[in-house]
Amino acid sequence: MNIWVLLKQTFDTEEKIVLTGGGVSEAGVKWIINPYDEYAVEEAIRLAEQHGGKVHLLSAGPERTGEALRTALAMGADEAVLIHDPRIPQDEWAIAKVLSAFLADQGADLILGGNFSVDHGAGQVAIRIAEQLGIPHVGSITKLDISSGEAIVHRDAEGDTEMISVQLPALFTAQQGLNEPRYPTLPGIMKAKKKPFKQLSLDDIPGISLQELGARTERVSLSLPPARQAGVILQGDLAAQAADLIRRLRQDAKVI
Amino acid sequence: MSRTILTFAEIRNHELRQVAVESVSAAMKIANTIPSDIACCLLVQENTAADLLTRYAASLFAQGANRVYVVKHVSFAAYHAELYLSAVQQVVSATNPEVVIFGHTAIGRDLAPRLASALQAGQISDITAIQHVEGKLIYTRPLYAGKAVEQRVFTQGSTAPSVITIRPNNIPINTPDASRSGEIIEVAFAPPSLRTVVRDVVRKTSGALDLSEAKIIVSGGRGVKSAVGFKPLEELASVLNGAVGASRGACDAGYCDYGLQIGQTGKVVTPEIYIACGISGAIQHLAGMSGSRVIIAVNKDPEAPIFKVADYGIVGDLFEVVPLLTTAFREFLEHEV
Repeated sequence: MNIWVLLKQTFDTEEKIVLTGGGVSEAGVKWIINPYDEYAVEEAIRLAEQHGGKVHLLSAGPERTGEALRTALAMGADEAVLIHDPRIPQDEWAIAKVLSAFLADQGADLILGGNFSVDHGAGQVAIRIAEQLGIPHVGSITKLDISSGEAIVHRDAEGDTEMISVQLPALFTAQQGLNEPRYPTLPGIMKAKKKPFKQLSLDDIPGISLQELGARTERVSLSLPPARQAGVILQGDLAAQAADLIRRLRQDAKVI
Repeated sequence: MSRTILTFAEIRNHELRQVAVESVSAAMKIANTIPSDIACCLLVQENTAADLLTRYAASLFAQGANRVYVVKHVSFAAYHAELYLSAVQQVVSATNPEVVIFGHTAIGRDLAPRLASALQAGQISDITAIQHVEGKLIYTRPLYAGKAVEQRVFTQGSTAPSVITIRPNNIPINTPDASRSGEIIEVAFAPPSLRTVVRDVVRKTSGALDLSEAKIIVSGGRGVKSAVGFKPLEELASVLNGAVGASRGACDAGYCDYGLQIGQTGKVVTPEIYIACGISGAIQHLAGMSGSRVIIAVNKDPEAPIFKVADYGIVGDLFEVVPLLTTAFREFLEHEV
């Protein structure tokens, strides 16, 4: 099976956000594989172990993304492709266009991505790619089984579980609960250094023109939300505190 | 001819979702002073009773919708990506909208990007506010689950519609005006050939309120100690007509389903009241709930970081405090009625 995994490098979720010069500061930040994409990587490796085949990684992003790709290779993926080109606008339409133009020629049986990225969180790119490639998708899956050209998946829909069968090729996005990603082993890390790693620019992707990549949306401002202030710690015995809380919710906060 | 704004009127458990009403309100906000036709796309099961349909439509009209396009199919009871997309595309063809609005829900998150791509359109996801500034429509949305906020616009030059998803509980709605009415139009639907089959749906949450739409959330962390430990939280939530959530710690420990997880991984919630029980307040959790209007923290540890963002803190054992709160709220609510 020819499996492709879409991967984005993101801030660690314990990072605070600091703004500098109109953007988010990357100084001293710990980078990780987007947690939802990590489930996708793990699932792809497990499927290749079960059914045979190769796991390819695909990312569009800055050069630092190479680190996250190396980690995924160390987990057990076979090959990585990084599309790095500053001409790609920060717009989901454009990014999906680039990635799907590249994937169109790869003959993927299965494409896996994360449910959303923990940074921008728009949750668009993977599903857009399925549409661009004309293949079915199921978003937010917590279980994936493959047999005779068909996938049976569980989709998490706000707590309900939908069981869906899908003809391959297809695209799926991973939800928490799909699996428990493995840690790269030391031999894995050593092997990853020798695995194929391609860095491409837009010029290497046939069938894509810069005009087509015009961003459909753009950012006009970036700010931090107002910081919350610590409120009051209630005093007295616990039953009195409960009564005090209700009085305050009613009279001060006016929410009940 | 006036322009059309199309909203997706999502149904869940035979009820029009609150976010469907908020989507019409968002359409009104976008329309501003320019005369616009607000149309809603309503997908219902083949045998939906006429009076139920009328009731759905009435709620949408009362908020400002002019027309409701109804598509019927036997398989619309469960979400089916291919079927839903095809039906929405038919309504889009019939209405030629400038803007298409979805709720940022399990369905909207799945459907909107697929539609946007099919229409060669841009999309702005998970919008929390809409403003008109100097003739421009500005959409506000969170980044890093709310640790930062960005404002985005649709660029000029594309003839494709603008697709947006709005976060539930954030776009204010107008007082419903029951005197308003509109037109209900049934759209004939020719389903496409399908590559996916929905085999079964296990409704674990039947009747339960979804976290993203809950006005009150009672949330538990590692301090809850076990699956059974969630019982008192469930009781409190039930008295308050709220939903139960959890921190990553509680989910990872196996006390509850990942579907309840609130945080940068998991759900971002913005209820009126958030009651954090036995949650220390890791940064990744705070990102998911700091947009709540009022935060109440119950924790044994007076140094827990959750108290730094809480409006009201109770230092104590949650197993003592939560039942006291349940009793106190129950008495208060009985008094109110």
